[in-house]
Amino acid sequence: MNQLLFHQVELKIGGFCLQIPQAVFPKRVTGIFGPSGSGKTSLLEIVAGLRRPARGTVQLGKTMFSDSAQRFFLPPEKRGTGYVPQDLALFPHMNVEKNLRYGTDGKQTDENLWAQILSVLELEKLLGRMPSSLSGGERQRVAVGRALMSSPKILLLDEPLRNLDHGLKDRGMEFLLKIRDEFSTPMLYVSHEPGEMARICDEVLVLNHGRVVVQGAVSDLFKPSDVPNFRFSAPADISGGSP
Amino acid sequence: MKFGMEEWNVVFFTIWIAALSTAIILPFGVGLAWLLARRNWPGKSLVETMVSLPLVIPPVATGLILLKVFGRRGPVGKILEENLALEIVFTWKAVLLALAVMSFPLLVRTARAAFEEVDFRLEQVARTMGSGPFKVFRTISLPLARRGIIGGCILAFARALGEFGATILIAGAITGKTATISVSIYNLIQLGQDEAALVLMMVSIGISFVALWCGERFLRPAKP
Repeated sequence: MNQLLFHQVELKIGGFCLQIPQAVFPKRVTGIFGPSGSGKTSLLEIVAGLRRPARGTVQLGKTMFSDSAQRFFLPPEKRGTGYVPQDLALFPHMNVEKNLRYGTDGKQTDENLWAQILSVLELEKLLGRMPSSLSGGERQRVAVGRALMSSPKILLLDEPLRNLDHGLKDRGMEFLLKIRDEFSTPMLYVSHEPGEMARICDEVLVLNHGRVVVQGAVSDLFKPSDVPNFRFSAPADISGGSP
Repeated sequence: MKFGMEEWNVVFFTIWIAALSTAIILPFGVGLAWLLARRNWPGKSLVETMVSLPLVIPPVATGLILLKVFGRRGPVGKILEENLALEIVFTWKAVLLALAVMSFPLLVRTARAAFEEVDFRLEQVARTMGSGPFKVFRTISLPLARRGIIGGCILAFARALGEFGATILIAGAITGKTATISVSIYNLIQLGQDEAALVLMMVSIGISFVALWCGERFLRPAKP
């Protein structure tokens, strides 16, 4: 499996600075955890190629994504990431099928992958519908399926359950667990919900105010039984995150 | 009241030349609108201001600039005439040039607003799915901005239909050669043929009304 490596990465956005001195993501599913404004989404956007770090290197397996010393930056379309943003960003002028096939446009569609995605995410009946007619849960499944259809080297999920109400969150998590179990794609999973971390992740990187607080196995940091009265067991206090 | 073949020819010539100028400025206008909406580049605000100038300076001033630039002794006109034997001033090409320059800002501003309304996240996500900038433009930005672009085209066409100041300066008022509806109205008034001028004015209002009505339909936000 391709390891994702961060080395001396620094990203500045206005007055905010995200610093990741050294991080390796060797596990299947790595959670990026922290309060709002801690830099979780920015980290994901660095991997997707949507933000260019001022310093440092980012590498996935043998593929260099960015290297500030060499002034090298691989554009997003050449990285092979599957990005699911918080707002899901389904293309409103395309039906579900066209959304799903967008990443394969012009290439031979892998029919086995297509069938597997339709089956796992139960998308068969949605293919002809427009995104505006979908429920929150359906939109989430389409967005994840669309990211998977381009056969990404890594799946980047930015709070994919955020806009779902409580009942739908459980069902949404079931789909994500099926994705984890049935596809070999590594994932970076951003959330500020400890329960989600405990259920889906193998290990977790905790951010606060743009700094890495701790990285470790999910079993050391989170327990499903702690939810919802979860208390973070790392030494640093992450309760005072910026908005 | 006389409204004969000559007047109808003026109407058809005006519609044809306004449509042609809109078609010519369309790719440039859309490209520039996208660059203004989505990219930062040196000199951007200068280009932005230059493009919008014809909206605010007197049309005759724009016509005078065009005359000086494209005239036989002008820097561009001289080159065109000596190298390509292409004469611009006081020909139908001068009408085309005047209409294109005067209507270009309307297309650019409307199309720019349309591109700015497209959710940037959609373009970003498309990039992560393997699409280069041109494919993202073709498959995401352009289709989502199309209502505004079509609306901009109709506004530019309507503006071209009514152009007078710049046209009369660079193309003159030669009936059957360069006279558009507005120039012909002016000519008829000068000749004391007020009734024919009024009929031409009514035809002009009718065409502009239809064009603007269509434009408003496209510019109105889509129903959710």
